Amino acid sequence: MNPSLVKPHLLALALGAVSLPALCADVVKIEIPPEKGAFKTGPGAEVVQANCLICHSVEYVSSQPPMGRKFWEAAVKKMREKYGAPTTDEAMVKAVDYLVATYGTADPPK
Amino acid sequence: MNGEHRISRRHFLLRTASAGAAALVGGRVSRSFAQDRITLPFANGERELVQFPQKRKLILLTHRPPQLETPFAVFNGSVITPNDAFFVRYHLANIPLEIDPATFRLEVKGLVQTPLSLSLENLRKDFEAVEVIAVNQCSGNSRGFFNPRVGGGQLGNGAMGNAVWRGARLKDVLEKAGLQAKAKQVICDGLDKPALEKTPDFIKSIDLDHALDGEILVAYGMNGADLPMLNGYPIRLVVPGYYGTYWVKHLNLLTVVDEVFNGFWMNPAYRIPATPGACVEPGTTPTSTVPIARFNVRSFITSLADGAQVPAQGETHIYGIAFDGGSGISEVLFSSDGGKSWRAAELGRDLGRYSFRQWKITFTPPAPGAFELKCRAINRVGESQPLEPKWNPAGYMRNVVETVKVSAA
Repeated sequence: MNPSLVKPHLLALALGAVSLPALCADVVKIEIPPEKGAFKTGPGAEVVQANCLICHSVEYVSSQPPMGRKFWEAAVKKMREKYGAPTTDEAMVKAVDYLVATYGTADPPK
Repeated sequence: MNGEHRISRRHFLLRTASAGAAALVGGRVSRSFAQDRITLPFANGERELVQFPQKRKLILLTHRPPQLETPFAVFNGSVITPNDAFFVRYHLANIPLEIDPATFRLEVKGLVQTPLSLSLENLRKDFEAVEVIAVNQCSGNSRGFFNPRVGGGQLGNGAMGNAVWRGARLKDVLEKAGLQAKAKQVICDGLDKPALEKTPDFIKSIDLDHALDGEILVAYGMNGADLPMLNGYPIRLVVPGYYGTYWVKHLNLLTVVDEVFNGFWMNPAYRIPATPGACVEPGTTPTSTVPIARFNVRSFITSLADGAQVPAQGETHIYGIAFDGGSGISEVLFSSDGGKSWRAAELGRDLGRYSFRQWKITFTPPAPGAFELKCRAINRVGESQPLEPKWNPAGYMRNVVETVKVSAA
């Protein structure tokens, strides 16, 4: 954020201006700290690396509770169908296998 | 209430975090990384504390899009949540990082008599400035506590905050544009955009009778300052009593339409079961759904965290907060025996029916040992909190009576 030396409304008063001088308002600018997380290594990591990180950082995956295959299948499907992830059928299978093996859990016995 | 220990209302309101083990409230800070890590009390609840621009260190849920949760101790510090501690929740990765307030415009178009293009100066000077103290709470606040667990942002209880919002009434803005007779809803869009073209833009809709009730603000002020960028600078919608999903950030486009808008973020996203209590049998899918709307009743103990120790001899002052969707809190009950018996807490100053309401009570352990502390709020229309958690597949609207286990020694 740029430092504000003179508050715009004070300047407007000082100048006796009726309206706010457009050039005096400060541009607000922020910088997001760099992402630190990365997908864990494992078979298929390159697929999630290439597909998931287009739209979101790794915590969208790594912060999920321990869930089974059904959960991860639904999640990957939703990313493709609802959010438009450019994921091929083959990549989807690899991604699900990777997510279940790396961030998931075995399905409860039926 | 014992008069000797009653504190003044002013003190009650402005009390700092010194009372109680505030640093430990709302999740156990692990000793080895006290500065940088916190463990939320559910599986896979380890979180880093990270500082984002205009913010203090907050609980990092996700980096991109940013989702930051307020450490629970903050709610014991003040009934108003400071701007730099206020939670952050985005949906889309392309968030605005630079905004020139001089050139920013809010467009009002669609079924209006006169389309508008309003500068910030217009909003501040051409409309009456209104203030409201209102809670903003994420629909999925406390999702991490759902059992069985559900997917989505795995939040503790910190995706909420209470602020003094200042802005123009949405009603006044829409009336300045003039509504056409067929108008039915207003569609609200902000500057945040998806990373992929195919991802639905984050757009919400509000029924016109709600939009015209005078309560919704186009807010440019938060706690006496500009909005932090990550909370929607330069303007956001403030929809008192409603879940945060409607509080569109970086609001730059209002479009009046003659139909019920059915975009992704209204349907299928942010829907709740069309059942009383918005719940279904755990693990099942609702047969019909409606858009999420107003908050249910919630209350929290803020001055003691689970696992805290209190003196076995003498009194412990316990503090907390309560809120609801706008009826206003009429009573907060407290139990120190796991819900077998209840007594009324003293309510703090009434800051309006959309604000956190502070409460306090004195707890004197009858003997050393373990105690289950609970609080349960009731609002002015008799709604309260369930003793057992309700469940829905999206993990929205948790409002069970919360329990804090302490030991007196």
